[in-house]
Amino acid sequence: MRRAAFAPNWPLRLALLALGLYAIWATAQLGITGERLWTGFGEAGRFLARMWPPNFARWELLLEGMLESIQIALLSTALGIVLSLPLGLMAARNLSPWWLRGPVRGFIAVCRSLHYVIVAIIFVKALGFGALAGVAALTVASMGFVAKLFAEAIEEISMKQVEAVRATGAAPAAVLLYGVLPQVASRFVGFCIYQLDSNLRNSTLVGIVGAGGIGGTLFAAFKRFDYDFVAAILLSIIALIFAAEVISGRIRQALR
Amino acid sequence: MRAWHPHTPGERLGRFALTLGIVAALAWAVRSVEIIPEFLADAPEQMADLLVRMWPPDLAHYPQGVHAALMETIHIATLGTLLGIALALPFALMAARGICRVPALNMLAQLVLVSSRSVNSLVWALVFVAVFGPGPAAGVFAIAFRSVGFVGKLLAEALEETQGGPVEALTAAGAGWGARMLKGVWPQVQPAFWGIALFRWDINLRESAVLGLVGAGGIGVVLDDAINFFQWERVAVILLAILAVVVLAEVVVTRIRARLL
Repeated sequence: MRRAAFAPNWPLRLALLALGLYAIWATAQLGITGERLWTGFGEAGRFLARMWPPNFARWELLLEGMLESIQIALLSTALGIVLSLPLGLMAARNLSPWWLRGPVRGFIAVCRSLHYVIVAIIFVKALGFGALAGVAALTVASMGFVAKLFAEAIEEISMKQVEAVRATGAAPAAVLLYGVLPQVASRFVGFCIYQLDSNLRNSTLVGIVGAGGIGGTLFAAFKRFDYDFVAAILLSIIALIFAAEVISGRIRQALR
Repeated sequence: MRAWHPHTPGERLGRFALTLGIVAALAWAVRSVEIIPEFLADAPEQMADLLVRMWPPDLAHYPQGVHAALMETIHIATLGTLLGIALALPFALMAARGICRVPALNMLAQLVLVSSRSVNSLVWALVFVAVFGPGPAAGVFAIAFRSVGFVGKLLAEALEETQGGPVEALTAAGAGWGARMLKGVWPQVQPAFWGIALFRWDINLRESAVLGLVGAGGIGVVLDDAINFFQWERVAVILLAILAVVVLAEVVVTRIRARLL
């Protein structure tokens, strides 16, 4: 018998079959039926028709919300970065002792695991409605991201320079300042710009749970079936995110 | 004596301007953001109070109220990922310049992928709740539509990095388009594809936990109810359940990736 040019990959086929069966079963579990989807697609047409044309008549409300979102993003990024510096140093395997490193790494992991909207809900309950809760929630998210990457960057530095500075009799602070930080500074700036970018995206959303910014306006417009205003808000958010992406791309190129 | 500086005067001016810009932006934000001083003052007290109310977590509530919602969240994330990948495949093929040689189609596909990515999954959820009504169907579609941009972009990049050799050999042997894709391109992008799919599933699991806040099904609905009724012991259980699933998913994804790659 002639050997087939392309041998069938049975494990892959079985895995795909299992995945397909799971998809059918899960769809049934969630109660998603063809009829419902069909009605939905009809609704989608009407929904899109009501979104057009976007209504910018209440531009003052829109502008106010967007500015608050930008403020939340700026403040939470700044706070997150300031707090990430010591956290990252304390979490690095090559600089910090195990009894300090363990708890700090755990704290960073918890910050990273919880979705920022969930953190925002908790802060809204604890700190009241408004921008403060949004700043606090996004600060937590920033700490989780920047501190983790910063710690990983520190773990990759060359210890030769650190030893050289230490050999001159420098104090621990001077060792950090002249031996460690110059090696990771450029990567750290990169993480910070990335985090500002993602905080800007997220700050347009935390308002949905009452933590300030344009999200609150968006959610209210949705609830009032003000779909043409919703379209205006969505277009503004997309424009803001697009502009931020272009600017941060420029900065990253200039730094390189 | 000449003083040596690591930067030229122009560079120093640029750095100074950048620092000034950052400080000015922060000062503007601090001054004009609406933060009520009383709220800030009793923040630590309020946080401590919240934590005290959350303790001990109401573990008995898990089997009756939380488990089903948690399973629903996992289903939403997985089905959304599958649907998203299925929708992303044609756009990825269209966006990859080596596969599709019509510049207009490349641009069109890129536009679709970018707009999918710039709308957050929670906003997609709001849209689909308006379309399908509240429930997990809206959640699945929200997750899928957000995933299209992510999966499509990364997959298109992987497709552009493939070597032309195998495809050329298959073309020379008289293979059709389907056979060229399946036997010439697919084996080259397969590792990247599984990596992207797993990575997105991990992200989707986190995101589907909050979709319920806008009525798109899953554990977010239960969380929202518990918070609205101030049942903090239940909130604690729900948060622990989400945390456990997220950590577990990360472990599973890392294991599978290590075996696949």
